[in-house]
Amino acid sequence: MRFGRTPEQHAFSEALDDLLGAADVPAASRAWATGDHSAGLKLWQRLAELGVTGLLVSEENGGLSASAVDLTVAFERLGYHGVPGPWIESVAVAPRLLPGTPEGDLLARLASGEALVSVAPGKRALDADVAERTYALGATLCRAEPGAERTSVDPTRRLFEVTPGEEIATIDPAPALDLGTLACSAQLLGAGLRLLDDSVAYVKQRTQFGRPIGEFQAVKHLLADVRVALDFAAPLVHNAAVELDAGTPTAARAVSAAKVAAGDAAYLASRTALQVHGAIGYTREFDLSLWILKVRALVGAWGTPAEHRARILESLVEAR
Amino acid sequence: MSTLEFTEAEEAFRLEAREWLAANNPGRLPSMDTAEGAAAHREWERTLASGRWSVVTWPETYGGRDASLTEWVIFEEEYYLAGAPTRISQNGISLLAPIIFGHGTEAQKERYLRDMTDGTLVWAQAWSEPEAGSDLASLRATATRVEGGWKLNGQKTWSSRAPFADRGFGLFRSDPSAERHRGLTYFLFDLHTDGVTVRPIDQLDGTPGFAEIFFDDVFVPDEDVLGGVGDGWKVAMSTAGNERGLSLRSPGRFCAAAERLLDLWATDPQSHLRDQVVDAWIGAEAYRLYTWGTVAHVEAGGSVGAEGSINKLWWSELDLSLHETALSLLGADAELSGPWADDYLFSLSGPVYAGTNQIQRNIVAERVLGLPRGGR
Ligand SMILES: Cc1cc2nc3c(=O)[nH]c(=O)nc-3n(C[C@H](O)[C@H](O)[C@H](O)COP(=O)(O)OP(=O)(O)OC[C@H]3O[C@@H](n4cnc5c(N)ncnc54)[C@H](O)[C@@H]3O)c2cc1C
Repeated sequence: MRFGRTPEQHAFSEALDDLLGAADVPAASRAWATGDHSAGLKLWQRLAELGVTGLLVSEENGGLSASAVDLTVAFERLGYHGVPGPWIESVAVAPRLLPGTPEGDLLARLASGEALVSVAPGKRALDADVAERTYALGATLCRAEPGAERTSVDPTRRLFEVTPGEEIATIDPAPALDLGTLACSAQLLGAGLRLLDDSVAYVKQRTQFGRPIGEFQAVKHLLADVRVALDFAAPLVHNAAVELDAGTPTAARAVSAAKVAAGDAAYLASRTALQVHGAIGYTREFDLSLWILKVRALVGAWGTPAEHRARILESLVEAR
Repeated sequence: MSTLEFTEAEEAFRLEAREWLAANNPGRLPSMDTAEGAAAHREWERTLASGRWSVVTWPETYGGRDASLTEWVIFEEEYYLAGAPTRISQNGISLLAPIIFGHGTEAQKERYLRDMTDGTLVWAQAWSEPEAGSDLASLRATATRVEGGWKLNGQKTWSSRAPFADRGFGLFRSDPSAERHRGLTYFLFDLHTDGVTVRPIDQLDGTPGFAEIFFDDVFVPDEDVLGGVGDGWKVAMSTAGNERGLSLRSPGRFCAAAERLLDLWATDPQSHLRDQVVDAWIGAEAYRLYTWGTVAHVEAGGSVGAEGSINKLWWSELDLSLHETALSLLGADAELSGPWADDYLFSLSGPVYAGTNQIQRNIVAERVLGLPRGGR
């Protein structure tokens, strides 16, 4: 029996931590939120050198033909470090969407990290202002022109309304949407882990009543519950990736389960992080806000919890 | 099905278990906490043992199959999917036997292991006392040295299975001058010997599921000391992990209950409880996958420590919410006695026994997250 990451995947994860831990990601995020993409794009390039942007692009196009499990390894770390940008769109979704379409020419430049694209699974596209091309994904794949900007609860997510334009291809959007959802789940899981780590570090050093607040059971128990929720979301995310790689008939259901569980766990982590930090947790100035807001935004992105629960139920009912 | 990777031998093992269970499983038996049910459950243990399915991971010499941890979980999945009975031998097999294997003498292995596998000897765990629950190390029952052995005195309580069991195992203070955790010794004793009084206590469901045990100069020979004299705490803690972790609550149990919950929901698909039904299924699926992750980790040489507490928190809360959802679906009929109501009552005890969930959260916070001790 084997279930878990390979040594190579652990090493990849550590390499991403080394790179992102040394970079000032919060500063890049804050700049990104104001429309200054320079630091974020520099980060994009450095992650491209580690292979992140080429994970799902085929080898002929200069990518790695990597697995969905590899993808979750990368997105968990992107979430942990709070990296801004259209990562899901460019790295998880586009490489499944574009091959075999007239837009296939873009793949090599996506793999090398030169091109960023955005894909709107619904009404809005993320970071269309920095994307070379923007697509609208429905029953068909269309080019789209970004319109009015909308403000996200997470300022680092710059959203633009789109109306589908020229049709590019008739495609089955499901596999690409599933990969986007999977990547989003992994990102949520990573963000949740970060919120927990930062909370644990904080409650060990913040003292009240003459003791570290982490000595108080009311605080301990909140954090223990976060750890439990994250520990049980992780295998669902991993399994969803394994199922997508294997193309099982239940893969879509597994993806939905991962999204619901990772979203719930990350949201619990964010609520708890805010609570144990007290008022400083409620400030923009403090970097914790970057993760709290991102989690709230991602919980509803790539399918709401209600949509995913409905999809799970449908699949379970069908199976009987 | 997901894509966990199993070998051909493991798949063959699954099939063998499935076929045997299909042919032999008696289904739901009367509660094992009644005289009639206890007899039926002992009979089922005998049948299980005759097919060598009662202790699959044990060595063949003691009635096992030398099965791997993976095979054990496979067996448990099949067991619960088949809806086979609860195990009256659980205490012995999963709480006592690992200690006998690890700390017992050859004579103790010979004397006790085989009789545990076929329901001949049913064991009760006598740890808790009226004044020692969460703070187990404050226990007061004593063991005093006498010629050839020890005399036990004091009182234990909440001892599951004790009303119909044969023997007990528990901790006694053998050196009153030593610190709390030291000077405790682990004893095996006969529940039907002179000086032992078992007083059954009805549980919330009305059955005598546990009991008080009174000790009045009960003689226990030296050969029934398990592990070293004074080493009781260390020995006992090596099973606490089992109780919270894998051994007590295998994933098949929750997956099967989640399936039944879906069946129940299907009788009223318009119910506004659909999200709770889905969440119960997700929770069981997460537990199954988490367990396989643990199995892979252990089979690769890793160990499970305080993470057992994470596991206990999950299954106990999951079990409760799963049954609460079922009762909500049943509406006004939820109060009627039946499998859902019975299992619901049992699920209420999950957050209390095997170390309360508050204690588990303390363990996760302190030993997994590294938060400072104190502040009790
Ligand atoms: C169905 C069932 C079967 C059982 N079977 C057995 C058995 O076979 N053998 C056996 O020996 N025992 C058995 N027990 C007993 C069980 O192990 C104890 O009930 C448990 O350890 C809690 O002890 P207590 O009941 O004395 O509660 P207490 O320790 O008095 O706790 C009461 C409440 O206070 C909380 N509390 C206590 N200390 C702390 C703390 N430090 N921090 C936060 N909260 C705290 C607890 O979490 C709980 O909510 C069983 C119990 C049940 C319900």
